[in-house]
Amino acid sequence: MDRMPKWADVVLIPLISLILAAILSALVILGIGEDPVAAVKMMVSGALGSTYGWGYTLYYATNFMFTGLAVAVAFHARLFNIGGEGQAMLGGLGVAIACLYVPWPHWTLALGGAAVLAALFGAAWAAIPAWLQAKRGSHIVITTIMFNFIASAVLNYVLVNVMRPQGSMDPATARFSETVHLPTLHELLAPIGISFSKAAPANVSLLVAVAACVLVWLLIWRTRLGYEIRAYGHSETGALYAGISPVRITMIAMLISGGLAGCMAINNVMGEAERLVLNATEGAGFIGIAVALMGRSHPFGVFLSAILFGFLYQGGAELALWTSIPRELIVVIQALVILFTGALDNMVRMPLEKLFLSLRKGRA
Amino acid sequence: MDFLTLIQIFDSTIRLSTPLLLACLAGLFSERAGVYDIGLEGKMLMAAFFSAAVAAVTGSVWLGLLAGIAASMVLAGLHGVAAITFRGNQLISGVAINFLAAGLTVLIAQDWFQQGGRTPSLMGGGRFTPLSLPLAETLAPVPVIGPIYAELLSGHSILVYLAFLAVPASWWVLNRTRFGLRLRAVGENPAAVDTAGVSVVGLRFAAVAICGLLCGIAGAYLATALQAGFVKDMTAGRGFIALAALIFAKWRPWHAMWACLLFGFLQAVALRYQNLDIGGLVIPVQVMDALPYILTVVILAGFVGKAIPPRAGGEPYVKER
Repeated sequence: MDRMPKWADVVLIPLISLILAAILSALVILGIGEDPVAAVKMMVSGALGSTYGWGYTLYYATNFMFTGLAVAVAFHARLFNIGGEGQAMLGGLGVAIACLYVPWPHWTLALGGAAVLAALFGAAWAAIPAWLQAKRGSHIVITTIMFNFIASAVLNYVLVNVMRPQGSMDPATARFSETVHLPTLHELLAPIGISFSKAAPANVSLLVAVAACVLVWLLIWRTRLGYEIRAYGHSETGALYAGISPVRITMIAMLISGGLAGCMAINNVMGEAERLVLNATEGAGFIGIAVALMGRSHPFGVFLSAILFGFLYQGGAELALWTSIPRELIVVIQALVILFTGALDNMVRMPLEKLFLSLRKGRA
Repeated sequence: MDFLTLIQIFDSTIRLSTPLLLACLAGLFSERAGVYDIGLEGKMLMAAFFSAAVAAVTGSVWLGLLAGIAASMVLAGLHGVAAITFRGNQLISGVAINFLAAGLTVLIAQDWFQQGGRTPSLMGGGRFTPLSLPLAETLAPVPVIGPIYAELLSGHSILVYLAFLAVPASWWVLNRTRFGLRLRAVGENPAAVDTAGVSVVGLRFAAVAICGLLCGIAGAYLATALQAGFVKDMTAGRGFIALAALIFAKWRPWHAMWACLLFGFLQAVALRYQNLDIGGLVIPVQVMDALPYILTVVILAGFVGKAIPPRAGGEPYVKER
């Protein structure tokens, strides 16, 4: 028998955790001598008050959907993929190679090709830690952390020594050609009569990210493989008894996870920067952890919390622009969300379980 | 490469190894007691900021050190509450602590000093000064031994000597005291320790507190001895290199020292030479940067001796099922 009704587990606990994180964030803002209410107002108007704000919010949300899904898929197999950052960096390399060296006739083909290469590169980067976990029992958290650092060294080397155009001082690739330019929301919405900010970077990859959410949902809850991944995550011995190969599931779950993280690059590299720069990921791989925890590893939850974090990111940028609150406030909020929804989950859960048990006893 | 250059590189190796060594020993205590800690980086960063901030305001580096240790131990306490009391996921808690430190340090620094997330430069009593070992001056002219003693071993700040003394001390505490035996036992088989009537929770909190203390010294060393003041993200992944060294050393104090010296040496070489040229083979600086991580992955893969972590590592202890 469950100790709690399902809605409490799915909605109430994340909500309480979020409120706790929000209260602490407000205290932090108070502590540095700013007004939390004014700050929230400014964040809301800056991130949601105009199509320009929405454009940035959705752009960030697209990144976080990919990395959040990546972490979530691995979570279902009880693997903690902390390497989304490195996998997304390598995905960027894949996108850059696809866009620079292939003469694509049209952006749709380029998007498909770049996404495939980005996913392959991201999956390849996840493959080594996955194989080491599956075959040699090396802890996946440690190896993926190490691979984040190795990825940034690889990217640094490639951008400085290999892909940098001659005569350029900037460690970045050349600009991609016009044909691989992805339509922004402005260009997509204008034909149907909706005016959207021209300057905002949200682009067609948002739709790809939403499609990825649906596909991950189908995979996890509607396919045999998804069932095997979840079974393995719930009980390794149980899964083994049912004839599910741990090596196979570990590899597949991590490859999918790495591929999703790599796909983020179609948004930030192909859609926004249109060239590969150093540190293009800007920590989005790590925010994926918070997004997946907040969204309870469910694709719809990931979708919602990605938008929430997109809002926080854009709102935080506005705050940094207009007040003396630095952008790092977002990092603090992110840390608090990870802390409350992840590490201190039992702190919220245990009293609630007691409450529901006593309520049920009272009724019986 | 002449003798003097070599001495200089080894000298900088010692200085760069010190924070790694302190953080590595910190992780060692925590992980031998069965509490994984990937929040070493965050604790160091927090300590670096508070030590520099307090040293800048009071002008006393010792007060700074105390403040750094206190800040690091607060985060260690948070990790303990999440990982031990509420039996949360230790890895997730570590991730949260890293972000908390990365954000809070800049936020508070900006509020206190308005210098874009850094502290003012430390001067005079605000920094740890180099100690001169006895007879360093008189022995300096002696060939070979003189420079080694006067340049390499002498002239570091007190925290460097403290860090290297912490190695035998850690070995002794872990392997020759009752507390150490219990601490190792709680990382291997907490149920046995519990049956013996010793508090698992108490031991693990003690280990986490030692971890906070050592991380605090490591962070204070970074901001008040190695450099003069705090800058944003100044730990620059050292907490993770320390973690790598810990695995490299297979969770043993003396090996931890050698691993940290090796990784410190790599940092020293990368700092001195952009691209290392060994007989026509040019090694780019990025390889140097990535080498600690690559070596750790190789060790983890078990191709060169297997790294087996403490058996109960990462698992919260539930007294009654």
